[in-house]
Amino acid sequence: MAEKKEYWRWLETRWTNPDIDLDGKEGKIITAGCDVGSVSSQAVVMVDGKLYAYSNMRTGSDSPDSAMRAMNWALEDTGLAIDDVRYSIGTGYGRVNVPFAQRTITEIACHARGANFMYGPTVKTVLDMGGQDCKAIHCDERGKVLTFLMNDKCAAGTGRGMEVFADLMGVSINEIGELSFDIDEEPPPVTSTCVIFAKSEATGMLKKGVPKNKVIAAYCSAMAHRIYTLLERIGVEKDFAITGGIAKNVGVTRRLFAELGLESLTSKYDTQIAGAIGAALFAKALVEREAKK
Amino acid sequence: MRANYGYKDGSGEYFITIDTDKCNGCGDCVPACPYGVLGVGEDPYDPFHEEPVAFVTEAQRKKIRYTCASCKPYLTSLAGVQTEVSLREMKNLPCVAACKPGAITHSW
Repeated sequence: MAEKKEYWRWLETRWTNPDIDLDGKEGKIITAGCDVGSVSSQAVVMVDGKLYAYSNMRTGSDSPDSAMRAMNWALEDTGLAIDDVRYSIGTGYGRVNVPFAQRTITEIACHARGANFMYGPTVKTVLDMGGQDCKAIHCDERGKVLTFLMNDKCAAGTGRGMEVFADLMGVSINEIGELSFDIDEEPPPVTSTCVIFAKSEATGMLKKGVPKNKVIAAYCSAMAHRIYTLLERIGVEKDFAITGGIAKNVGVTRRLFAELGLESLTSKYDTQIAGAIGAALFAKALVEREAKK
Repeated sequence: MRANYGYKDGSGEYFITIDTDKCNGCGDCVPACPYGVLGVGEDPYDPFHEEPVAFVTEAQRKKIRYTCASCKPYLTSLAGVQTEVSLREMKNLPCVAACKPGAITHSW
């Protein structure tokens, strides 16, 4: 039997800032944040509050191991070792399972702080569309949380749902967003975003002869609408930013913008690292607070 | 900060909102709730908030619709419709009544 293609597999990324010179690293505050999520794990290393290196990879079944692998990948070829990191903070679902972290902070606080860094201080509303949950956050110009709402009871309309869907459609998850626009007319959304219900509804549509891209479009718009109703509860204020893996899926984001009548800001960094950036920034703030005492 | 604990599912929206700017961390709400829905401690969502605040315990966050139902049979039956009686009942919920600063609100 031919090996099954992993359609759900998204791109893992890593980056080092070429502009930071680490000569004389003794005088610098090196901090790290590690976000172990349900689907992906990120590690971020910051030098004096500037982004130095990051990695973004899949979470395995073993949280401590995923955290270590993400951290080691971020530090790879940087000349830094994990012992050079002054303070590390764990965040995300698996935050209690980050072996090298000195403390943990919830992902809500970290995402707001991280989005503030990635998208600038004008961000008022942050939507994090993660692997298994969805969070809507209002924050002030310093990235402090003012209101938040999290839906983690059900993974409908999240990254995990999209992975399952990509697999069902036999389309790479990296292309699924673009393909959803390659249609003659916008189909009505699937009636439920529940992964199980949507999957059977989509299978039914395919069997009836509805083109694949149209079925994808129907799911994307159902997902966008579900997120819209969640956002409606706390309201959306400009500027708006989306973090997390689904931010890379234009099939969902563009449909959401159309419903909101509002576009989100863009970032040159990987949208999935917001939580880890926030954690690393909190780590720096904690080091500075210790020093003052 | 307005911390919304709870969820939204096919049957409706179930959120307990705690206004951490109003909450003084006194802990009166903890024994007031007959089912241990509330707790007081370090603010989980603001690491630099020095004072303790109330929150909905982790074990209860995904089932408050059912846990809270026994305190509010009338309100649950209304499914979000506001009446004069419902507003009074809302104020008389054990957790809401126990909170002197008025930091706790229910969405349903």
